[in-house]
Amino acid sequence: MKLGFLVDLNLCMGCKGCEIACKVENEVPLSSWRLRVKYIDIGSFPNTSRSFTPLRCNHCENAPCERICPVSALHYLENGIVNIDSARCIGCAGCMMACPYGAIYMDPESNTADKCTYCAHRIESGMMPACVVACPVEANIFGDVEDERSHIALYIMEHQGGVQVRKPEKHTNPKHYYVGGGTQTLDPLAHQRLEGYGLFNNVTHLKHNGDPHHGVLDRFLAPFAGHEKADNKSFMDFDNSRTVSEEGGH
Amino acid sequence: MVENTIQATQAVVTLDAALPGIIWGWMITLNMWAKSIGTGVVIVGGYLLYKYKKEETLSLRWIMPLVSFVALNIFLLFTLVDLHQPYRMVNIFLHPHWTSAITVGAWMASLFTLLVTILMAIGAADAFPGLGGKKCKITALARSNSGLYEKIFPFVVFLAIPVTMYTAVIMAESSARELWQAPTEMMQMLLAALMAGAAALILSSGSWAKEVRKDLSLILMAAVFASFLMYMGEYFFSFKSSEAEATLAYVHAGGEYNIEFWFGMVLGFIIPFFLAASTIKSDNKTLLRFAAILALAGLYFAKDVWLKIPQMLPLS
Repeated sequence: MKLGFLVDLNLCMGCKGCEIACKVENEVPLSSWRLRVKYIDIGSFPNTSRSFTPLRCNHCENAPCERICPVSALHYLENGIVNIDSARCIGCAGCMMACPYGAIYMDPESNTADKCTYCAHRIESGMMPACVVACPVEANIFGDVEDERSHIALYIMEHQGGVQVRKPEKHTNPKHYYVGGGTQTLDPLAHQRLEGYGLFNNVTHLKHNGDPHHGVLDRFLAPFAGHEKADNKSFMDFDNSRTVSEEGGH
Repeated sequence: MVENTIQATQAVVTLDAALPGIIWGWMITLNMWAKSIGTGVVIVGGYLLYKYKKEETLSLRWIMPLVSFVALNIFLLFTLVDLHQPYRMVNIFLHPHWTSAITVGAWMASLFTLLVTILMAIGAADAFPGLGGKKCKITALARSNSGLYEKIFPFVVFLAIPVTMYTAVIMAESSARELWQAPTEMMQMLLAALMAGAAALILSSGSWAKEVRKDLSLILMAAVFASFLMYMGEYFFSFKSSEAEATLAYVHAGGEYNIEFWFGMVLGFIIPFFLAASTIKSDNKTLLRFAAILALAGLYFAKDVWLKIPQMLPLS
């Protein structure tokens, strides 16, 4: 069994339902994402088009994050999922440096690396990932790519020649496919990422990596100072005029 | 129209989440810089101990492991401090994952530091008979095992090479960052160790023979020259991939990283080369020390830029 994802970009309408479902299901903290939908505008007025690209962990067969993790916190499950054990993670960020897709983040609450696990906990119970359930147009197709009768395998065969993966030159063998994508949507170097206000938000970089209130000394004192109690509420204590524009958000 | 056709291929991100900025920052730069000193003094010091008699390199036998010990502890401290979960560092030893260069490096660096500590204890106990007083068991133990220094030293020099280069393998395993290519990074790490090792030893070479300082000048010159050439090769004729080209645009396009890069090149590579060359005949100790300090400072800036610019590239 090799679980995989396919997103038909022709169907995706950018509603971000998958993004919200993922956030809620996995309690992903503010300033972090496991799944995000990126809007890209192509062309010049009046001949423009807008494309929507959901981006998540690619669950590579040859995962660089698994290889570089010094403590096997990132590991393969038998069904092909690249899972993460946050209790073992030392927070070295090696996986963030290794992932060619930028799909791993430093959880600001636990100060450990985290990412999409294809909702491994739901799959274990026989349920579909939250993003698949939430998608109103069934653009997210999930299943066993090795099972020739599965929906995803049939979809791939039906769209032969039009199925793409991101950055195939990295030889990571992603188990995440796209139909209806193009270089401009799948290659981050093929579109401009201008800092500043876009459609609704400020397209920018995070000012911090992990907990912004968790300085160097805090990392050592945290187990004794109660920092482990930090939760989403602590992120509500922000300066509304500053933090939102700096952190972007959606 | 042609211009419309070109514009039609242009794409702009209009809505997205904020991406992480620089993940490995100045602490990792300091980590690499300190490791270059810690391993470099052993490699260069090993050459000097092999070539020269004890009286020509007074104090080298204890100064070398002492400098290495201090630098390695700075390296280990910042390795630990940079972790988001520093107490879990122990997991590298309890749950090692051997495909990771971080794991292999941590084990090698720990062993290396242990051996350097033994060398330091023996070297210092032999050099200072009164150290620790008569009742000190550690110095007594070190003195009674003085012969161990020469036995383990060749192994320590040998181990210094992979310890200095393993960071290049970590960078190579960071497959998201195409600027970091294993062959060039491994050579750069080795050259940085020779450069930093020679520079650190120059600072304590005042009482050593003139020929020793001449050798240190030559090593410093050769290392900065070769390293500078490699940086120039990467800067102007980079590895041909779109990601590496896009990464180098952050220094080519001007701005703070362009300034930092060229500041590092001039300060740490070009000026020390000519200063060191000028001291070979004159044996001007002050000028040579100045060259060494500049080389150490410039090395930090060069490493800092090369570490940070690949992290600015959006990956998705």
